[in-house]
Amino acid sequence: MSVQDTGDQSRRDFLYVATGMAGAVGAAAAVWPFIDQMRPDASTLALASIEVDVSSIEPGMSVTVKWRGKPVFIRNRTDKEIEEAKAVALAELKDPVARNANISSDAAATDLDRSAGEGKENWIIMVGSCTHLGCVPLGQAGDFGGWFCPCHGSHYDTAGRIRKGPAPQNLAIPQFEFTSDTVIRIG
Amino acid sequence: MSGGHSSYTPTTGIEKWLDARLPLPRLMYDSFVAYPVPRNLNYAYTFGGILAIMLVAQIMTGIVLAMHYAATTQLAFDSVEHIMRDVNSGWLLRYLHSNGASFFFIAVYVHIFRGLYYGSYKAPREMLWILGVIIYLLMMATGFMGYVLPWGQMSFWGATVITGFFTAFPIIGEPIQQLLLGGFAVDNPTLNRFYSLHYLLPFMIAGVVILHVWALHVTGQTNPTGIEVKSKTDTLAFTPYATVKDSFAMMLFLLVFAYFVFYIPNYLGHPDNYTQANPLVTPAHIVPEWYYLPFYAILRAITFNIGPIDSKLGGVIAMFGSILVLFVVPWLDTSKVRSAVYRPWFKLFFWIFVVDCIILGWLGSKPAEGTYVAMAQVATLYYFAFFVVVMPLLGLIETPRRMPNSITESVLEKAGDGGGAQPDAAAAAPETRG
Repeated sequence: MSVQDTGDQSRRDFLYVATGMAGAVGAAAAVWPFIDQMRPDASTLALASIEVDVSSIEPGMSVTVKWRGKPVFIRNRTDKEIEEAKAVALAELKDPVARNANISSDAAATDLDRSAGEGKENWIIMVGSCTHLGCVPLGQAGDFGGWFCPCHGSHYDTAGRIRKGPAPQNLAIPQFEFTSDTVIRIG
Repeated sequence: MSGGHSSYTPTTGIEKWLDARLPLPRLMYDSFVAYPVPRNLNYAYTFGGILAIMLVAQIMTGIVLAMHYAATTQLAFDSVEHIMRDVNSGWLLRYLHSNGASFFFIAVYVHIFRGLYYGSYKAPREMLWILGVIIYLLMMATGFMGYVLPWGQMSFWGATVITGFFTAFPIIGEPIQQLLLGGFAVDNPTLNRFYSLHYLLPFMIAGVVILHVWALHVTGQTNPTGIEVKSKTDTLAFTPYATVKDSFAMMLFLLVFAYFVFYIPNYLGHPDNYTQANPLVTPAHIVPEWYYLPFYAILRAITFNIGPIDSKLGGVIAMFGSILVLFVVPWLDTSKVRSAVYRPWFKLFFWIFVVDCIILGWLGSKPAEGTYVAMAQVATLYYFAFFVVVMPLLGLIETPRRMPNSITESVLEKAGDGGGAQPDAAAAAPETRG
């Protein structure tokens, strides 16, 4: 009698646990595609890198190009702007990191490391998306003569470094390279 | 109040047949005809009904608009203009829908402030209140996604800023934002999913509304005195008394609504949204719809780092916190007295809070510069202080006014009868606010 009971009991237990586990795993597996479909799709992920001819951009001029659905600022800075940016002590910066995808991630936000590098210090290439909430900052505006975000009042200096306002980081510098003296490839 | 006995008696044969199989007429009769309501409800209590009618109106105009709208970045903006110019009565349906959203929020704000004033959130109505906050959150999500659909400049940049909130959270922030947008920036995948969800959420709201009304009918309504119903003389039947009062208020409300729709249909909108979305240019002055402005002001008020929390994350936490704090209001308020009518100090702080919210709304529409920032910081401080300091402390130190013994007594005192005052309430100064 008791043997019979135990047998039934363990059979029920097995069915109960097996059904429960299959149900849980099945539910998780069924939920995944519903979440997965929300991620950026293949066409969005196709990282179109773009090439920009900058030969016609004189000092003091900027162009804005679209890359990955976002604006990228390319500015040929004037000597005055470079001097202003160089004169800033690192201790004054809200974000002391360069945020430059082309160099090491802990490089300091010196003007040189924000620019296109030695010999091309006049060029600055940045994603034109305010690091606060993603608005497009206005060029040559704000308290530091660099960029100013009209949405929530973030001021960037002439090297695109955050100086005042709610944005936490310097404007991001994407991966890019000069494929010749006048052509930049972004991405 | 509800439950227990039902006074529904089917008379005709078909009613009896149905009552034995699916007693839906009985449920309707008990809920909306015989249902007893406190006899002293004022017009502030009519906004629940107004909200119900607005939800139905939004769903109806929305379903029709969806028949003419195209949710793709190439066509969205033009299809809205097509609705305005080509579709028969399209202009009216769209203005009803866009202004309807605003009036839905006007009604919900009156409804929420009424709940705060009369202590409608206190035991045993905590679930009723929490369900209401959930409805409010769903409304905000629905309104936000709806505003993106016309694909104007404010649509695009509003979506960029609001989904940008999530990037404030370290590590998980950016993946979450990309999951919401379906890309690295607001684009076609974003518009498509927002359209789908904008269609879904109102039906979820309708579902929670059913729970909200269920919870209401379990506990019964509050009333301006905050005293629970004690006897049959404290109540009146829902029909005709509340039905007529609610309908009358609805007509007045819809009259003002119609004035906006027909005479100033774009007053509550923003001209920038009649410019097609452009991912390369942010409008000089970007603002959300008016009903989010107080929260927008709170977001922007945090311009300083708080310990390890940077200003961006701080702003986002403060903004979400300003809504989430509503969930715990039933436990923050320590006062045993429900209605502000008998709480002189709470009444004062409440009205300051109302003014504070209006000031926050005004500040949200201003640029985040100069004195506006400092003002927003002070107003934000009071917003939170009202909930986490005033509410708990006032309940412990405030001396409430003497309350009448029952709803009936308060009504009779108000009518100038004066009789029937019980010995322990003899010195009570009858509260005569309307």
